[in-house]
Amino acid sequence: MPATSSSVGSGAAGAAVFADSDSRKYRYFDPRGKRATHYEDVTVDVQPDPERYLIQDWIISFPNGEGAYVKNATEAQSSNWHAFRAPDQEWERTHYQRQSKIESLIQGVIANARKFGVPKTFDKTWAKILQTHLGAWKHAEFGLGTSLMQAQRYGYTQMINNATLTNSSYKLRLSQDITLYLAEIGLEIDGWNDDLGKQTWLDDPIWQGTREMIESIMGSEDYLEQYFATNIVFEPLIGELFRSSFMIQVAAANGDSITPPVISAAEADYERNLANTIDLFHLLVTDEEHAAANKKLFKGWLDKFSALAEKAANGLQPIWSQPHSKPVSFSDAQARAAERFAKITGELGL
Amino acid sequence: MANTLTLNKITSQRGISVGEAAKKIADLGWNPSYVQEAMTYPTDYVIKKTPKDPMKQVLRSYFPMEEEKDNRVYGALDAALRGDMFRNVEPRWIEWMKLFLAIIPFPEISAARSMAMVARLTPGEELRTGFTMQMVDEFRHSTIQMNLKKWYMENYIDPAGFDITEEAFGKCYATTIGRQFGEGFLTGDAITAASIYLTIVAETAFTNTLFVAMPSEAARNGDYALPTVFLSVQSDESRHIGNGHSMLMSMLKEPENHQLLERDMKYAFWQNHAIVDAAIGTFIEYGTTNRDKEKESYAEMWHRWIFEDYYRTYMLPLEKYGVKIHHDDVHEAWKRITEKMYVHTVAQFFAVGWPVNFWRIEAQTDKDFEWFEHKYPGWYAKFGDFWKWYEKLSYPGQKVVTFNEEVGYVYPHRCWSCLVPCLIREDMVVDEIDGKLHTFAHENDRWTAVEAFADEYQGRPTPAMGRFSGKREWETLYHGVDLADAIVDLNFVRSDGKTLIPQPHLRFDDKDMWTLDDVRGHTLLSPLTILREMSDEDREAHLADYRAGFTINPCN
Ligand SMILES: [Fe+2]
Ligand SMILES: [Fe+2]
Repeated sequence: MPATSSSVGSGAAGAAVFADSDSRKYRYFDPRGKRATHYEDVTVDVQPDPERYLIQDWIISFPNGEGAYVKNATEAQSSNWHAFRAPDQEWERTHYQRQSKIESLIQGVIANARKFGVPKTFDKTWAKILQTHLGAWKHAEFGLGTSLMQAQRYGYTQMINNATLTNSSYKLRLSQDITLYLAEIGLEIDGWNDDLGKQTWLDDPIWQGTREMIESIMGSEDYLEQYFATNIVFEPLIGELFRSSFMIQVAAANGDSITPPVISAAEADYERNLANTIDLFHLLVTDEEHAAANKKLFKGWLDKFSALAEKAANGLQPIWSQPHSKPVSFSDAQARAAERFAKITGELGL
Repeated sequence: MANTLTLNKITSQRGISVGEAAKKIADLGWNPSYVQEAMTYPTDYVIKKTPKDPMKQVLRSYFPMEEEKDNRVYGALDAALRGDMFRNVEPRWIEWMKLFLAIIPFPEISAARSMAMVARLTPGEELRTGFTMQMVDEFRHSTIQMNLKKWYMENYIDPAGFDITEEAFGKCYATTIGRQFGEGFLTGDAITAASIYLTIVAETAFTNTLFVAMPSEAARNGDYALPTVFLSVQSDESRHIGNGHSMLMSMLKEPENHQLLERDMKYAFWQNHAIVDAAIGTFIEYGTTNRDKEKESYAEMWHRWIFEDYYRTYMLPLEKYGVKIHHDDVHEAWKRITEKMYVHTVAQFFAVGWPVNFWRIEAQTDKDFEWFEHKYPGWYAKFGDFWKWYEKLSYPGQKVVTFNEEVGYVYPHRCWSCLVPCLIREDMVVDEIDGKLHTFAHENDRWTAVEAFADEYQGRPTPAMGRFSGKREWETLYHGVDLADAIVDLNFVRSDGKTLIPQPHLRFDDKDMWTLDDVRGHTLLSPLTILREMSDEDREAHLADYRAGFTINPCN
């Protein structure tokens, strides 16, 4: 049936020529590059701003008179909050594709390894390390995930909040992946205690520095401080230190070929989230009006959280001497983390 | 032996059960002892009982499930293009999608944001997983809808209006109604907003009309894309409804919540009705070319979904927990939708204001009249002449309907609460807030703004409750401004600098299109500003007049 309500019997592009019949791009925002990307088209300006198009201002307020989103939800300042675009260009489709691919990869690895009886061959000491320390670690990832979930409520633009939201989603996925991984290999290993991880997280002195840092990030009331502390400080100094320079590298040397692929997705997650974070903070430290104030603020955050990180890392040190085979020393691992951290903070001129 | 040995049995592994997996994941949380989480979005509710997670889903199965849903959606969009869907799609329908899809991605993403608010207020960790998935779902909904809109813009005959969509959302006199809806999800008392208004009422009661009724009507108008996207969106809702119900059960446990619950159920039900029925009712009844008398009208669907399913099976049982339910409001909403012709007065209002819209509205004609009269007896006497006038005045050179006194329409006051105008004239009420006069569409709207959104409720302090704020009456922004200048300021002009984006017809030809010159010379006025400036006596007379209604003059 033709389109009865159309004067030209069709509803298709090109069926008639008239003013703007060829206006096929969103024309209310400036793309970052020459042409708007798909990510920009589905993201930019969905969260309105009284300074852009919201001519009636926010129409519901909190009891203190503030509207749904306010600039002072962070101490950082920007002359243009709308400039940020996430380098990972994530929107729903790419997010599900990536998350889903990781989930099926991990499940495949675990199922195959179990099929060939790999967990049963684990060195006993190593199995204990997995229960204890990887078991504790899952709570750190979860803490970051919930903290970022909180943070995605506050950002001044859709771009900032969606990047925070996907970061949260990645962290929560990882914490669940580790949880289920441990529970599943635990089915194959005699005497496995799946509760040991949480006990360790709560009580073992080794982990208290890390827990204190995670709780400090969760307890922050500044969403950008949470984002900064997570990706600029915690991840290079503790996250990569533990995941890469301990779990991934030491596992292989102790006959464990499963753990590395299970947690290595986290490193790729982090590369993306780090790129997003650096772009955002780079804009803020080079802001035409607020660069100096922002730098001072971020240096304060850096001091606060790197002190916590140092304490956390020192706490973790004994873990490196626990396995039978010790391919990496703690001091080498820490030196690598320090180098990485210096590179990241260097990019931001901090 | 050989008979029972299957490949599945050889390769299958003992796994952990779904319940066990959910339990382990809920155990990821702990009570912080070094630094406490800040309670940044306060509520006046007390929630002590840990809500249960009814869905028990984990991200490992969630992500692949959603990706598979996405694959079906994007596959169907590709297929629609290959099948030349747009050649047969009804512009009458797609034009309304310019309004609908300008609005809906914001409420969706607001729902994602609001998950942060409830997650922090909820004791225990069980439901945290549910909130997490809802957060990611709502991110899905917002961007998948933006994608659909972009796709319409790229493929539909008239992309104007789609191309300025998020700008238009912030400016238009109709989208303001949708902003009230979306801001309601994330501003004010966190539980009122994110649990009651969003989840327990909007999602549980009204998403069927949004995401199920709309797709059916879309399909009847040759649009197979919207059903694909929105049925997929709706398939996530059962999880959200589960989250809401679980929270509700926890709230009910504390008797001190009951008074607030009664307040919020009343507010949320009434305002969802006022907003969602105005918008979706109009899209479905006026955006269609299908006049099959066998199909259900919006009113009939409302009765089935809202009255029977929601009111009878969800709201009524709350009484056994001691929460007062406002039966009268449900009956009154039903009366507004049927006898008082609520949806029809909204469509009429949108049509009258066409020059400050950003989509096209074409006239309803004879073939539509019969269906309306059949489904809504008495419709023709009330609206027949109006739509004849509208058709007659749809040609450039005519005096624009908004200002044409020959028609007899009286531009309405705006409701300070739901932001839909006071269209059922006899129900309009006024009241003061902080010494300032406001207009309301109904006593329930007055109650919402004056009594519910306040710092105390029935003598009980409610320090977390939100306030209605901003320049809520859109008309005040352009009081005393020439219509043409207002349209330029709104940026609802095509890129030739003169042709209007909105048009009162579906004639796709420059010679039929209205330009700024065709609408110049009429001054927009704010009914509220004028009302406030009147003497008490004049105001009383004006209000009596307003409530008496108007008559559309015969159109020959
Ligand atoms: Fe949604
Ligand atoms: Fe939802």
